[in-house]
Amino acid sequence: MEIPKEEYILRCTSACAGCSASLALRYVLKACGPDIALVVPACCTSVIQGIYPNTAFNVPVYNIAFASAAACASGMIAGFRKQKKNTKVVVFAGDGGTVDIGIQAMSGAFERGTDFLYICYDNEAYGNTGMQRSGATPLGAATTTTPAGKNEWKKDLDRIVEAHNPPYLATACSAYPKDLFNKVKKALSIKGPKFIHILAPCPPGWRYPTEKSVEIGKLAVKSGVWVLYEREYGKLTINGPSKAAIIKPSPLSDYIKMQGRFKTAEAEQISKMEQRILANQNRLALEEKGIC
Amino acid sequence: MLTGSTGNKAVAEAVSQAEPGVIAAYPITPQTEIVEQIATYVAEGKIGCEYIMVESEHSAMAACIGASVSGVRTFTATSSHGLLYMHEMLNWAAGARLPIVMANVNRAPGPGWNIWAEHTDSLQERDTGWLQVYVSTVQEAYDTTLMAFRIAEHADVLLPVMINLDGFLLSHIFQSLETVHIEDYIPPFSLPHMIDTKAPLGYGTLTGPETHFKFRWAIERSMRAARPVIDDAQIEFKKRFGREYGKVDEYLCDDADVIVISLGTLGKEAEVAVDLLRSEGIKAGSLRVRWLRPFPSLNISGKELVVIDRDYSFGFGGILANEIKAKYKTDVFSVIAGIGGQEVTFGDIASFVRDRRLGTEYWFGVKANV
Repeated sequence: MEIPKEEYILRCTSACAGCSASLALRYVLKACGPDIALVVPACCTSVIQGIYPNTAFNVPVYNIAFASAAACASGMIAGFRKQKKNTKVVVFAGDGGTVDIGIQAMSGAFERGTDFLYICYDNEAYGNTGMQRSGATPLGAATTTTPAGKNEWKKDLDRIVEAHNPPYLATACSAYPKDLFNKVKKALSIKGPKFIHILAPCPPGWRYPTEKSVEIGKLAVKSGVWVLYEREYGKLTINGPSKAAIIKPSPLSDYIKMQGRFKTAEAEQISKMEQRILANQNRLALEEKGIC
Repeated sequence: MLTGSTGNKAVAEAVSQAEPGVIAAYPITPQTEIVEQIATYVAEGKIGCEYIMVESEHSAMAACIGASVSGVRTFTATSSHGLLYMHEMLNWAAGARLPIVMANVNRAPGPGWNIWAEHTDSLQERDTGWLQVYVSTVQEAYDTTLMAFRIAEHADVLLPVMINLDGFLLSHIFQSLETVHIEDYIPPFSLPHMIDTKAPLGYGTLTGPETHFKFRWAIERSMRAARPVIDDAQIEFKKRFGREYGKVDEYLCDDADVIVISLGTLGKEAEVAVDLLRSEGIKAGSLRVRWLRPFPSLNISGKELVVIDRDYSFGFGGILANEIKAKYKTDVFSVIAGIGGQEVTFGDIASFVRDRRLGTEYWFGVKANV
């Protein structure tokens, strides 16, 4: 699919250098086109869009309190439908606003069959407030509130969403913008609640040089830390890069050693992560083949 | 049409006539009858609105915010803990200048669990930028709900309105109700800042120290501008439908030496107390505050005041009493009565007046008053 030249994120955002969340949003908005309303809870994107009276985003952006993006979107889409408008509503929320404080509203909106697209861009911590631990922070990662590394697993958001049986669920990564673009396009062609979970590496938070955002994202997929897949009406399709990673994964250490946040991770934790990656890949591969 | 109704059903009836585009709500005692009645209306096709049965009150208000800014009339109803759970979003609704109308059925906050009337729920939301009105009869609940949409959506106001009715004492009381044909009493919904994808805007973006106060001042400016809009809505209501309402409801205040001031159904009980006191030769009157925000001007100069609060600010005092003391630099006899549905009869109110001690506070039913 041809990616349109139109830009909906204008120059001079307030994003950090190397920010992959804004890179992802750029392609999300290209896929959405102009007839959408973006709902944004408190997250990095609240800041990235700029300071009043300016905004760097060229679509309507409705900023809303942290816990309430999906609920606000529910009301908005109902309002548009009542007015017989075809405007689509897209939530663009961080991981904290999704897996932690926003999970109730998100679950409610999915359960009600809300016709919207919920996108969680996941930088695996509260980035906007300076990188505190969230439910999406991975095992072993240091944050400002887990200075010695997190002792718990990352919350499995995708399986929580999957339990709501949405017609479309996909994972994506900012390092694969074309894949992301196609997934957003597909999601918007489907009626009902759609969900896309984007892994969005964060240079200051993950502690790597700003020019490495794409490389880190690719390593996340190649090592199997992040699996790219889609579920259409429940049916699983693992996408190309992750299929390759299942056959021949790149070493997890390549991904880990590039990031300062894993400096304190213990060998035992890394070995547990490797086992978890394998188990996850196996589970998905078997499901795709129809074996379980 | 003359009929009979509970307070809750009267609100639901008025809402159905106002024809909101989106209603989002969550059940809570003693408000539930409103959302059930609306659900029945929607199922019967009496209202053609989108009805979102959300998973919490926080989400109910968030959904109303999203719906309102999309460009449609919105309504929700709640009570007590539901209202308090919405607190963050109440600030958002007012700050976003959205004319959402909400009925709050006043109920005590816990613990312990108490489902009975108290005003501490809505008074904790006093400073959120919502207009607040307190009603005392089924008819007034219906009439005021109609007015609320007209006032909230007025171009000079564009702020949300909360209609407060006492839990059980009004929500579940059956009284006569005369419904009206509203025709164009509520003009079509229009929101100057509704979302337009052809002219995209950023809503609620970052506002720094050099701009934020201007938006707060704009809320206050509109709160002040709401006073004549309320007057106009009430005058027009009388002209069209015959029933008269003021910002306050005065009963025999003109020649009174002592005035009982209260909110909600206590005001109706106070009128009976006034009759009793007058029969004893005490020149009493009752002043029921209908609109609490914006705060009305009160004709109380030279009168002794007995203020009954069905609410409390711990470490300070009765909230209404202190608002009046602050605004009018006057001593009052502050009575704390009716907390958590505590029964307060006209006889009790008459004794508050007889035994008044200006400048002091009295907790009804408590022995050791300090």
